[in-house]
Amino acid sequence: MRNIFTICGKELKSYFSSPVAYLLMALFGLIFGFFFYSATAYFVMAGMRAQMGGQEQPMSVNEFVIGPLLGNASVVGLFLMPLISMRLFAEEKRSGTIELLMTSPISDWEIILGKWLGAMSMYLCIIAVSAINVGLLFIWGHPDPRPILTGYLGLILQGGTILALGTFISTTTKNQIIAGAATFSVCLLLWVLSWVSSYNEAPWAQAIAYCSILTHFEPFSRGIIDSKDVIFYLSAIFFGLFLTSRSLDTLRWRA
Amino acid sequence: MIKVEGLTKRYARHVAVKNISFEVGKGEIVGFLGKNGAGKTTTMRVLTCFLPPTEGKASVAGFDVIEQSLEVKKRIGYLPETPPLYPEMDVTTYLTFVARLKGIPSAEIPKRVDEVCGRCAIASVKDTIIGKLSKGYRQRVGLAQAIIHNPPVLILDEPTSGLDPEQQREARQLIASLSGDHTIILSTHILSEVEHSCSKVIIINNGEIIASDSVANLHSRRGTAETMRLGVTGGNPQEIRKRIEQVAGVASVISLDGMAAREGLASFEVHGLADREVGPDLARAVVTAGWNLHELRIVGESLEEIFIELTKSERVQTGTAGTEIAAASEDKPEEVKE
Repeated sequence: MRNIFTICGKELKSYFSSPVAYLLMALFGLIFGFFFYSATAYFVMAGMRAQMGGQEQPMSVNEFVIGPLLGNASVVGLFLMPLISMRLFAEEKRSGTIELLMTSPISDWEIILGKWLGAMSMYLCIIAVSAINVGLLFIWGHPDPRPILTGYLGLILQGGTILALGTFISTTTKNQIIAGAATFSVCLLLWVLSWVSSYNEAPWAQAIAYCSILTHFEPFSRGIIDSKDVIFYLSAIFFGLFLTSRSLDTLRWRA
Repeated sequence: MIKVEGLTKRYARHVAVKNISFEVGKGEIVGFLGKNGAGKTTTMRVLTCFLPPTEGKASVAGFDVIEQSLEVKKRIGYLPETPPLYPEMDVTTYLTFVARLKGIPSAEIPKRVDEVCGRCAIASVKDTIIGKLSKGYRQRVGLAQAIIHNPPVLILDEPTSGLDPEQQREARQLIASLSGDHTIILSTHILSEVEHSCSKVIIINNGEIIASDSVANLHSRRGTAETMRLGVTGGNPQEIRKRIEQVAGVASVISLDGMAAREGLASFEVHGLADREVGPDLARAVVTAGWNLHELRIVGESLEEIFIELTKSERVQTGTAGTEIAAASEDKPEEVKE
């Protein structure tokens, strides 16, 4: 356990000792801020129009602002996460520090979990930036906090999945650019897999669409925790980390 | 302390190490000698559990490198060829991180860090970012990293490469100061390093051990038949050659025309018969003939020559190396100087 935290702490520190962490947080803040502005501006306009039209029913902030906003955040996450995970192992392989880790009295799983948790912590720091905007809603409105919490849970689970796959891809190369580009392609593919079901009703199409990361996120943003989705994410995380451990093992044999 | 039996390491396309066996006793400093690509690093990586062997067994302190790798890893300090440093960390942070990895209790870590900083003479750069350190300091931080948990076995892959002569001397002193408590394997292609700091030498070439002996024994083995470098001025090279071939105890003479450092100097390589001292007779023969003796020295004294000759010949078995060395040195004497 101590070893996992040692590695995790080291990873997190190395993000923050380079501009990477600040850059990613700033970019995310900028993009999320723009989405936030668009969503609230639209909400205000629509709300005024509804009032003038004599509609009595108040509009829901959760439904019109927070739901779409978190959905957008999950897409932005797809683009940022390869930048977080690409260096995890690729950098160590290039600089030779992987020899230090692998000849120290710690197990491969401790290295992997440490690195993955380090990347997760970085990701949490990034999505925490969005709390500023969401906080504003609480100051001037009365949104229901529960769908927001489930939305964040969804973001965390989805992030964990992509970072686990990214960690695996990072072990396969010494080149961070390759690791990043490959992870990005996989993310993109996992996103658009859901499109298959829109034009094909066949069972195989449904199965492919089921693998899409985003389709499992939607319920979370609506405040629903479906065990099916949670299990999907958790098993995907385990699968990614399992592949990482296999890959690390073959690293010893191939070297 | 370290035991290697029939170790073979095969990569996809080539065999890096072929069936090597050796043993290192407690407290010994063993020099691993070989050209680049000879298999030194591979052997060390097997011993540090970084690579599993394809065949054969290796154990450190009685623990198998595959079956009980965690126990082995606890007992070794390893300095790879490129020191495994994180350039964005400062020295103290880095050493603290390594100390935690090696399982040193948190309370002891600051004390251990201070201790190795003092020992490796890096206390003055403790708060410097590693990326800003010079090559010499980086190497020392690498060494500090290897000894921080006070391991009984130290494996150092080219610990002095890239250092200037002054730093090399310091590094050697540091390594020598570590001997006694630690069993040390160090690899190098700098031969003087082995002569200075090692009690035993293992020469490895093309993945095979071609000699494994103490430094003193390697010297004496080479000494059975003398090879002299002779330089004479003031005479006709053919005549000189004819004269020295007649000197008692001379087995063969080779003219080194290409090596003439200046006009009128005739250089020869003279091989003596086994157990004969031919130097004095050679000198007398040259002087009495009226020529000037420009140079007369025994070559092949240094470990360097032994090494070059051993690695040049295809395969020399450990026991019979003495005779094979002489045979090997005859085919291309010009290259000996390289």
